[in-house]
Order: sequence, then structure tokens, then C-alpha cells
Amino acid sequence: MSLFRVTGTEIKGIGAAVPNSAVSNRDYEFISQADRELLIRTTGIESRYIALNGQTTGDLCYTAAEKLIGELGWNRSEIDLLIFVSQSPDHFLPATSIILQDRLGLPKTTAAFDIMLGCSGYVYGLSVAASMMATGGFRRALLLAGDVSSAGVNVKDKSTYPLFGDCGTATALEYNRDYEMFFNLQSDGSGKDAIIIPDGGLRHPIDNDSLIEKEYEAGVIRHRRNLWLNGFDVFNFSVREGPPNITQLLTHFNLNIEETDLLVMHQANFLMNETIRKKLKYPAEKTPYTLKNFGNTSSASIPLTLNQALNGQTDGRKLLLASFGVGFSWGSCYLQTGSMICPAVSQI
Amino acid sequence: MDSLGTFITKLESELDTLEKGSLTPTVKYREIPNWSSMFALIIIAFCETEYSVTITGEDLRSCETVTDLYGLVVSRSK
Repeated sequence: MSLFRVTGTEIKGIGAAVPNSAVSNRDYEFISQADRELLIRTTGIESRYIALNGQTTGDLCYTAAEKLIGELGWNRSEIDLLIFVSQSPDHFLPATSIILQDRLGLPKTTAAFDIMLGCSGYVYGLSVAASMMATGGFRRALLLAGDVSSAGVNVKDKSTYPLFGDCGTATALEYNRDYEMFFNLQSDGSGKDAIIIPDGGLRHPIDNDSLIEKEYEAGVIRHRRNLWLNGFDVFNFSVREGPPNITQLLTHFNLNIEETDLLVMHQANFLMNETIRKKLKYPAEKTPYTLKNFGNTSSASIPLTLNQALNGQTDGRKLLLASFGVGFSWGSCYLQTGSMICPAVSQI
Repeated sequence: MDSLGTFITKLESELDTLEKGSLTPTVKYREIPNWSSMFALIIIAFCETEYSVTITGEDLRSCETVTDLYGLVVSRSK
């Protein structure tokens, strides 16, 4: 079991940045007007921000981090750790985290590395950062989580294109022995084909067939460098595995779900998230969403939703975070906040 | 477990683009006007939320009518 408690990390702030280019699903002319309305009602996604002109995940996270560091008034020389979580890095190599160490003006004493996870990435990244900080060897850390998923989807694939939005986030962490976090992490690689970009890695290098588009079903046209999504398998997985993971976390550490202030889930789609919420019998008013205006922002979705939901009311909140998706990979986290800064979302 | 009639009434309410009373036991749900995978996801979510029964995409492909679907849910309900 991957159930563990980590002492010594306080979240000091969460910022986010999106591209300055909103796309409305009401204008998605590839599908009929009736289908658009049903799509919006079912997924909860009305519009999304899409990267243009070569904007990268690193660019978005950089902007979010710059603003957050500035508003916190942090001395950059005290940032000892930078973790970048994404499945759409700026380069195959080197790691985007290392590029951002330099770009953000952090010292060479900063440890920097990438974690390649998507939907579940924020909870995993937080667990890694908190575990490292628990050693007492790191004063301050940046957890940068984001994705430019739009780069991987085909506009002629109605099962992916209208779902994803681009976003980069920055979470500021500080060593403080008064704070605890609790985690339950899981994985199941038998679900690897449910969300996959088939070609481009070493298993299936790009060849002459990689960019040939094929129609797999009505309204689903894509090639092998696009993101493939089996919505039914992802739905069944998330609803099957998400709730017991959370329940196990709470039971194991004797935590009371009724005392939590918010359940912040990975923003996959409204129908799926609501099914999970209802299975948990968790109050709707304590379950925030950012799907309507941002879509599914992959690894950025939990910090983005925290930024929006906590703004102005950060101190002493008991939070339940739940993430699930590509891999399959999933996990949950319980934590309590102190005083935090949540700057307005930047647009670049 | 609900009766077939109650099951249909609740399902019709979930698929709220349908005309009231249009969903009957013999309706082949994939022939519902404007049927799409979104309808399928709504049905899967409905069975999970209302009856704690997991229905897969494969299950929906193997069933034809609303009665078939009801039978599957009944067979899996605790």
C-alpha cells in the first residue's frame, strides 16, 4: 500500500497562467448544434484556453511562477527545489524543470527534475515535494504542473478536441513542521491504452504511417501522434477506483470526511466527477469546478481549481484532493492550509 | 431494484433531450434521435449513481433495447 503521512510542508501560494486565446465549444462546427449542446451539458466545458504561436507548458508555468514569486516576495536564492509535472514538456530532453531553473533565476544549488504524469500528476508531485522537504534539507520549493494538451488533439476528433484546455500552474511550498499531508497513491498499467499517444516514443518511433489520419468511428478522426482517449474505459476506471482510494485514505488515518471543507478533484468532465462525488455522498456546494471556462487542464486542473476556489479564504481549510487518469494512475491527498496567496490567473 | 417502468422514467429524465413518454421497453436506445457516445456515458453514469451497477461500453454494445439494459442492471444489482 502507498498510504503515507508527511510532516513539514506548508502551501504558501498557488498561481496559474493560460494562453490569451479562448475557444468556445459552442463554435465547434465539426459536430452538430445539438451535439454541441449535449457535449457542454455532459462535460460541463463551455470554453477553453488554447496555446498559440508555439507557446509551451514551460512558458505557462514560468509566467505563473514569476507572478507567484513576486507576490510572495520570495528571495529566489532560498528556493531549493523545483519539480515540473507534465506530459507535454518543452523538449524530449533536457528536462523542462532544469530550463526553468535557469529562466526563473534560481541558484545552481536548486534541485530540479521532471515528473512525467498527467491527470494524477499534481497529487504525485505534491507527495514527492513534501517527502523531500520533510527531510529538512529544503527551505522552499516550487511545484510547477501544467500541460499543453491541445498540441496532441485532432480537431476532427470529437472525443478529445473539445475537452482539453492548456494551463500552467505554480505552487509555492515552504518547510514548516506544523503542517501535515496524507497521501494514498495507486497505479494500474493495464489501462495504458485507454489514454495514449501511440507514436513518437521508442516503442513506436515516428514513421511514414504516424501522421496518416484515419476515421475510427463517426466523428473520431486522428493519427498516431494524436491523443487517443477511450472515454468509456476512463469513466469506468475513475468511478471504480476513485471513491475507494479516498475512503481508504480517510479510514487509514482516521480522518473525517465531514470535517473537510472542499473536495477538489481532477477536472476530467462534469458527468464523471459528479458520479464520483455522488458515490462519496459529498456535498455539491463543497466541490468546486473550473471545467466551464478552462476545460480539462490535465496536471494543472487541481492547482487551478484550488487557486479559484480558495481565493480570499485560504487559512485553515481542510482539503481533500483527488486525481485520476492517464496510466492508469490515481491518488488522493488530505491537507490543511495556512495563509496563502492565490494571484489572479495570468493570460499570456 | 426499481421496476422496469420506474427505471425507464428515471432514465428518460436523465436523457432530458427526449420527448416525455418516448422511451419505451422496446426502444433500441442506439436508434434514439441524435444518439452519440455522450448518451452512452449518461446511461453509464445513471446506472452507477442510481443502482451502483457498473456498465461498460462493451455492455452497451451487446444490449439492444431498454429492456435488455434493464435486465443487465437487475442481474448485477446487489
